[in-house]
Amino acid sequence: MEQQFSSATLGMWAFLLTEIMFFGGMFGAYTIYRYMYPAAFESTTHYMNVTLGAVNTMVLICSSLTMALAVRSAQVDNQKLLRLMLVLTLIFGFVFLGIKGYEYHEKFVEHLIPGPNFEYNNRAFAHEAQILFFLYFAMTGFHAIHMIVGAGLMTNLIVQSARGRYSSAYYAPVEIVGLYWHFVDIVWIFLFPLLYLIGAHLHT
Amino acid sequence: MKHQVTPVRTYVLVWLALMILTSVTWQVALLDLGSLNIVVAVTIAVIKMTLVISIFMHARHAESVTKLYVFAGFLWLVILLSFFLMDYLSRGWQVVGKPY
Repeated sequence: MEQQFSSATLGMWAFLLTEIMFFGGMFGAYTIYRYMYPAAFESTTHYMNVTLGAVNTMVLICSSLTMALAVRSAQVDNQKLLRLMLVLTLIFGFVFLGIKGYEYHEKFVEHLIPGPNFEYNNRAFAHEAQILFFLYFAMTGFHAIHMIVGAGLMTNLIVQSARGRYSSAYYAPVEIVGLYWHFVDIVWIFLFPLLYLIGAHLHT
Repeated sequence: MKHQVTPVRTYVLVWLALMILTSVTWQVALLDLGSLNIVVAVTIAVIKMTLVISIFMHARHAESVTKLYVFAGFLWLVILLSFFLMDYLSRGWQVVGKPY
């Protein structure tokens, strides 16, 4: 059992490394374009909803805490607390997605979605700024897809834990979904300052 | 199975630290520190990441081979990004973007 747990954890980390490469490519594109068009990138912060971005960061951090506590509850055989923590984690995940959806709606209304209908009041940067919004939708979009997958995994954990499948002797699925959930949180920890705060000092 | 069980107190303290660091990132971004803004932002993000990986993801108590995976993954990413920058930063002969 111990060996199974170790190999499952290691396997999950191997998968997360492929995820680092996946997001790493986009962070690479971001690095290059931000270096090439620093002023244009700074001008985009004016069009971001920084407050909602910060709130979402905190929502995800709370969900990471409840996820960590869920794993701990399984370790100490507290079934009731395990179910409660998993449900809380799922709720935080949905709050995050709801806020994200609201932000997407805002961007849609303001014509900030890259493409033929993209409109940017700051004429000097109309073209370069579009690159940031493309990166914004690509990176937060893929992040949101990961959140949706995470919500699915969380639902499965809740169903299985309601059937009493997890205990201190067997909780590898909880641990592994936890690793995935925390990884997605880490991606957002980087996305928040890199996408929402580039030019925050210009707009105070 | 005898896994190291982290006390609730530790988890809550890490959560508190992450929340405080989030506010710090936000507030520091409002100050004009020139090129230091990005350095501060990324440094805080890396500290937050380290907290999440070592405590929430139990990397602290993981086996050495798992630790190696974690370390290698981020090292390769740093190498990738450094080589990108090495290329673009050295293109002094090419006019890119608009100056600050």
